[in-house]
Amino acid sequence: MKNLIKEFAKGIIKENPTFVLALGLCPTLAVSVSVANAIGMGVAATFVLLGSSLIISSIRDFIPDKIRIPCYIVIIATFVTIAELCMKAYSPQLDRSLGIYVPLIVVNCIVLGRAEAFACKNNLARSFFDGLGMGVGFTLALILISAIREFLGSGQILGHTLVKGFQPVFVFGMPSGALLVIGLLLGLFNLLKDKRV
Amino acid sequence: MINNLIVSSSPHIHKQASISRIMWTVVISLIPAGIAGVIIFGLDALWVTLVAVVAAVLTELIFGIWAKKKITVLDGSAVITGILLAFNLPSGVPLWLPIVGAVFSIAIGKQVFGGLGQNIFNPALVGRVFLMASWPKYMTTFTQPLRAGAGYDAITSATPLAMLKEGKLLEHISYLDLFLGKHGGCIGEVCILALLIGAALLLIKGYISWHIPVTYIFTTAVLAYIFGAAQLFHGDWLFHILSGGLILGAFFMATDYVATPLTAKGQLIFGIGCGLLTAVIRIWGGYPEGVSYAILMMNAATPFIDRYTKCRIYGSK
Repeated sequence: MKNLIKEFAKGIIKENPTFVLALGLCPTLAVSVSVANAIGMGVAATFVLLGSSLIISSIRDFIPDKIRIPCYIVIIATFVTIAELCMKAYSPQLDRSLGIYVPLIVVNCIVLGRAEAFACKNNLARSFFDGLGMGVGFTLALILISAIREFLGSGQILGHTLVKGFQPVFVFGMPSGALLVIGLLLGLFNLLKDKRV
Repeated sequence: MINNLIVSSSPHIHKQASISRIMWTVVISLIPAGIAGVIIFGLDALWVTLVAVVAAVLTELIFGIWAKKKITVLDGSAVITGILLAFNLPSGVPLWLPIVGAVFSIAIGKQVFGGLGQNIFNPALVGRVFLMASWPKYMTTFTQPLRAGAGYDAITSATPLAMLKEGKLLEHISYLDLFLGKHGGCIGEVCILALLIGAALLLIKGYISWHIPVTYIFTTAVLAYIFGAAQLFHGDWLFHILSGGLILGAFFMATDYVATPLTAKGQLIFGIGCGLLTAVIRIWGGYPEGVSYAILMMNAATPFIDRYTKCRIYGSK
């Protein structure tokens, strides 16, 4: 059990997919304009990660080695389709603001990376906790980035104005602001890592 | 006797130039344009400049202490960044704008790369583009030059280039007015006369070479002449040279030591590239002015230019 908790916890800080592994940066850059978008994207990606890790781990002995990537893609695409249709049905507004980035989870390198690096080599329980940890880590990273960007770019968090009279820094709402925030946070993570060692 | 024998490593002939001497000379060379800006736009211009300089110097100091490096404030490079940033702002901006811009210039434009000598972009332009993208409303509201009988506030005017972009005719602006700076614009860019005095000082001292400014201005002028009007070869090239930030950019920002090519050949390519981009943005782009973007883009291309213009080692093929 202690082992499983460790598999879960590593995705949050030590092997955080965004800040340490630097995977899945494309949706991170695109979606982190607002906290609401970030939560939606994070939940969708976590669901896909969990589902695909479970299935791939349970059928890992039957997948032929040579065509494993197409097999993973089929499984991942199934879960992405489920997530996308659910989002369209229950939260059409979120679906509109996330746009193409939900279907693009199919080729998200976090999902494929965990399938290739972890789920195909480990048992069901470990894969489950690994997927969950990575998903939560990704969601937290997205929320952190989008909170900084939404606050600086529009003076709001989740649509609530925090500081009155704040002059929004438009650049943080733009792609260049996303690159700026992610770059600085990556630097900060490396600084903290160096300090700990 | 033995004390007179000085043993030192090469180079044995020393020039008096040092980083701080060059930087403070550049500061002096910028003073005429600053005075002109204050005369043209009033005391607001002075406050904006002072605030930007103080903010830049303090940021440099704080970063130096935090990173436990040699304190580099006195070499004057942060002062230049502050002045150049302020020269690229309209005089009517609220005073927190130059502070934010200067902190961003020094912190993000320079110190995160490792300080002076490591920055890949001109720090002042990084700050200006950040402000431009963040608060376009303040950055494009230009104060009209002071005139007898006119009140201080509330009179705003577009820059000549913005008027050109909107297709308004410019018959009331003469070349002499453009040369002396009697029109709306940023603090330090309007008075060409004062800028040329400062540039002459730097050229005579040998602190900047002619390669970048001349090719930059020439390329922009040629392209403006060819494509600047509806009919080919009818563009008003002199207007394009005298308006906007071209002179300020070409002599003081495109010649930044750190972010520009090392060799003369590389500098020629750099100047032509800057001129090309400036003319393209001015004539076909969405913005009326393109000097800062042009210089920043060519800054990004500098390592590439340097790689292909390496000097041949004497004796090698």
